Amino acid sequence: MKSIYLTIALAPLIGAIVAGLFGKKIGRVGAHTVTTLGVAISFLLSLVVYKHIVIDGGAAFNGAVYTWLISDGIRFEIGFLIDKLTTLMIMVVTFVSLMVHIYTIGYMKDDPGYQRFFSYIALFTFSMLMLVMSNNFLQLFFGWEAVGLVSYLLIGFWYQKESAIYANLKAFLVNRVGDFGFLLGIAAILMYFNSLDYVEVFAAAQSMSAVNIQIFPGVEWSLMTVIGILLFIGAMGKSAQVPLHVWLPDSMEGPTPISALIHAATMVTAGIFMVARMSPLYELSETALSFILVIGAITALFMGLLGLVQNDIKRVIAYSTLSQLGYMTVALGASAYAGAIFHLTTHAFYKALLFLAAGSVILAMHHKQDIREMGGLKKYMPITYWTSMIGTLALIGFPGFSGFFSKDAIIEAVKLSQLPGSGFAYIAVLLGVFVTALYSFRLLFMVFHGKERMDEHTRAHLKEPSAVVTWPLILLAAPALVIGAMTVGPMLFEGYFGSAIVVDPGHDTLARLGETYTGVMGFMLHGLLSAPFWLAIAGILTAWYAYIVRPDLPGKAKDRFQTIFTILDRKYGFDNFYDFFFAGGSRKIGRLFWKAGDESTIDGFMVDGTAKGIAWISAKVRHMQTGFLYHYAFAMIIGLLVLITVFVIF
Amino acid sequence: MFSGLPLLSLVIWLPIIGGLTLLAISRANDDNVVRWTALLLSGLTFFLSLLLYTGFDTTTYQMQFVEKAAWIPTLSINYHLGLDGISMPLLLLTTFTTVLVVISSWGSIQTKVAQYMAAFLIMEGAMNGVFASLDGILFYVFWEAMLIPMFLIIGIWGGPRRVYAAFKFFLYTFLGSVLLLVAMIYLFFQADSFAILDFHTVKIGMTAQILIFIAFLIAFAVKIPMWPVHTWLPDAHVEAPTGGSVILAAIMLKMGAYGFVRFMLPITPDASAALDGLIITLSLIAIVYIALVALVQDDMKKLIAYSSVAHMGFVTLGFFTVFSIFASTGGVKGAALGIEGGLVQMISHGFISGAMFLCVGVMYDRMKSRSISAYGGVVNTMPVFSAFMVLFALANTGLPGTSGFVGEFMVILSAFQANFWYAFFAGLTLILGAAYTLWMVKRVVFGKIANDEVAQLKDLNPRETLVLGVLAVVVLLLGVWPEPLVEVMHTSVNHLLEQVVASKL
Repeated sequence: MKSIYLTIALAPLIGAIVAGLFGKKIGRVGAHTVTTLGVAISFLLSLVVYKHIVIDGGAAFNGAVYTWLISDGIRFEIGFLIDKLTTLMIMVVTFVSLMVHIYTIGYMKDDPGYQRFFSYIALFTFSMLMLVMSNNFLQLFFGWEAVGLVSYLLIGFWYQKESAIYANLKAFLVNRVGDFGFLLGIAAILMYFNSLDYVEVFAAAQSMSAVNIQIFPGVEWSLMTVIGILLFIGAMGKSAQVPLHVWLPDSMEGPTPISALIHAATMVTAGIFMVARMSPLYELSETALSFILVIGAITALFMGLLGLVQNDIKRVIAYSTLSQLGYMTVALGASAYAGAIFHLTTHAFYKALLFLAAGSVILAMHHKQDIREMGGLKKYMPITYWTSMIGTLALIGFPGFSGFFSKDAIIEAVKLSQLPGSGFAYIAVLLGVFVTALYSFRLLFMVFHGKERMDEHTRAHLKEPSAVVTWPLILLAAPALVIGAMTVGPMLFEGYFGSAIVVDPGHDTLARLGETYTGVMGFMLHGLLSAPFWLAIAGILTAWYAYIVRPDLPGKAKDRFQTIFTILDRKYGFDNFYDFFFAGGSRKIGRLFWKAGDESTIDGFMVDGTAKGIAWISAKVRHMQTGFLYHYAFAMIIGLLVLITVFVIF
Repeated sequence: MFSGLPLLSLVIWLPIIGGLTLLAISRANDDNVVRWTALLLSGLTFFLSLLLYTGFDTTTYQMQFVEKAAWIPTLSINYHLGLDGISMPLLLLTTFTTVLVVISSWGSIQTKVAQYMAAFLIMEGAMNGVFASLDGILFYVFWEAMLIPMFLIIGIWGGPRRVYAAFKFFLYTFLGSVLLLVAMIYLFFQADSFAILDFHTVKIGMTAQILIFIAFLIAFAVKIPMWPVHTWLPDAHVEAPTGGSVILAAIMLKMGAYGFVRFMLPITPDASAALDGLIITLSLIAIVYIALVALVQDDMKKLIAYSSVAHMGFVTLGFFTVFSIFASTGGVKGAALGIEGGLVQMISHGFISGAMFLCVGVMYDRMKSRSISAYGGVVNTMPVFSAFMVLFALANTGLPGTSGFVGEFMVILSAFQANFWYAFFAGLTLILGAAYTLWMVKRVVFGKIANDEVAQLKDLNPRETLVLGVLAVVVLLLGVWPEPLVEVMHTSVNHLLEQVVASKL
């Protein structure tokens, strides 16, 4: 099996290298063939792995590929851990990636950087696979930074666009802030566990749970809390949690396929995956879990609110991604790791679908993205419309659709959580349901229904794009519809993950939820009677009233609640604050250090000052050598007098 | 078949004698003959140094390839050469870089070609001599000798303020050298020998150790350079021709750090333990303060020069984590990561900063400007070059998968074990390093074509592609698999650690 695992990881890499280095020679067809083939091989092999690990119940694989480095008696290795969690992740990653590859053939067909784009997305798939398949923290960090790198390259893909190359630098730097915490977390693990291997670290975790460390003298903190929070800072960067979320909306500057692949379905889920993978560590610190719970809840509600005021079709979906990532994070905080991964899975399908559908709209609209210039597209683009509808219903958690099962489970789990902050989190995720339904249907109504607001030229050319675009939509709509109902039982309540996820019985919210679980139908019936469903319905109705029945209302509301609107429009001021404080501040300090430190003090005072001082002294000393004998004699007599005095007195 | 050869003498004297010969016969030949001869000589030297790698025994910390002959017997000064796992990789870096410099200077140097090539060859021999010397006086001779060609390279082929820069460079480094000599003479009277290995074992009192430590510190800190004696470096880099910058960044800066591990740590371990806070503080200032200064530079060479100072901060930090670890745990677990990390960082920085300076050189050759604001949208006209530039820039930010990651990662892991805050401040490089490097890339490489000059840029020629391509392969290879480099260091580093924690009082 080891060679299969190796092939899964390397096939996209080979595709990326061939398309990247020989793109000109093999041409467009060659580039998309070699990369798509590589990802297709990975996907098919991931099905083989699924059969082996899940259906046949084969043992989890944990082994090294090669030794990266030995230092200080520690072996740093590159290796794979393939258990049920990994199996699920590689299936999701390779499937979504394959759909995106196919879709890109149509979406990017007129772009001069065609080969380069395929090389990047295949490289991205490789990076993400390395991340999820890793059996140690070193390789995890490699994958972690590598997805950040490819994201940097892809957001700045249209390198002539000033906004794109601003956004990619911002994304990289914000991610680096997270990686900074992550790296310190890894360093802490190495120091106390003397290993970076998952299995060894997890095995020793229990014995380290009582260890306290001092970071500030005199203040004792639990080691597990410190490690948990440091690692989670990394997750906040990758999974765009407040306050490190600012890069994700801007990343929409990249071409649409990457929004689907990276900024919805895979890279942003890295943080969620990581925390779930580290569940044996997180279970040992309620403080860390509580922190995660609160951060997730803030993200889930407040980022959703921002989706209400956006007018760029991709940005609305981007904020919905932020909000949904918040839901996953909340689930992690409530120790419902399986629920987080379940939501990650359903979200990967319906969010990739929504982004690709948005891309289809953007293609039809000749690269216009403002929803105020759309409307009534339903009759021109029926496939895009109906697949978008499926995606939207899944997103808002309409009973029966995939998102319903995962989101409802999370909300129920949070309700059962006993941790500090769980009360706030419960209210936030509940209100979030209303907000989600509102902005989602606002988008759907403004794009596909109502008056046709585009110009005449655009309207004349409106049509459904080619089959390579629509087929991925259909292929993604299928799982967005059914994956929830199919997998809710095994994933949440029947122990699919086995030993891959560890939950302390005292925190096990899903187990308590499972006590009342009777089956898919029972779960749905229960959903119909509970608050989230009615909140979602209320959201849809509000959107319908405000954007179909009375389209003049939103404008009036905006005038009426100007302050709130301004706050939302400014995105709570995070961007301005960061620009002013961090970007501007570090440049100011840098200039100060340079001018006042290096140039004035060191060069001006110490270096040139020394040179000047020597020149000054020598100029003075020169006067002593007058050449007159009586001057010298006088000096000698004075000197003699001084010396004699000194000897006599002391 | 090569085992009988005095390899170390060959890698020192072959380029020196070759360089002198080039000078002597320069008038009789045209420039191309000179270039090919220089390439042949440096290539042969590199080949010989490869034999040092293949023939190296990783199981012993004893010096290898030792050559010893009496030089000034009355003062017991010997011509004494040898290599261990610390100096061998550095010697290899020197011979490798010199070949690349010869190739990269092919087209960009058109005046006094013979003298230029000769200067580099002589400097190569002297630098190899520094790494291979086991006798204090021999070391000192090579240490001083290598300054002269560099002084001439900056002073003759440099930019408009070359004379100021050359003198600043010379005076700064010369000041340190004098103190080095004084320290060595003192050690001679204690050890009754000029052998460096005898310096390692001689007992020295605390006051004397502190004084020697400070003398060494001044001598070596200037070379590294550490904050606050770093201000010669940006000036020297800005004025030096590309080849000079590459050698300066890739190798000369490593001399100071090499002095730390060859002289300071083993000769004055007690003083090092007492003053480790000073070195660590200066290292962290270099990492944070200098990174912020790099952020606001407009001159690309200055920016990379400052980035070098910040990266060398990791080297000195890694070397000195051992004392805090030993003080708190009574053992050296975690310290080898720091020292080996520092050594890896030295090698890696040689490749990456060399490559960055070559990239700036490529642009300078075409547009005669190093100013960031003179560029913009270079990727539109030079896509292949831009791919290399972005790769090396990312390596400069310590991206995993490139060699830049390995050393920083190891040093941060070790620093964390010494003190959380060491790792915290060192880790800030993740953000600051990315900020100054990628912000430069954004303004130079990406964007729309900024002006007509950029619009007329021609992409890399085959020779430039070769040089940058070789460096790219090395940077990636070392990032993906650093073990072949690190394994040669283990035994020597472990021996060094034993010396460092044993008191010499």
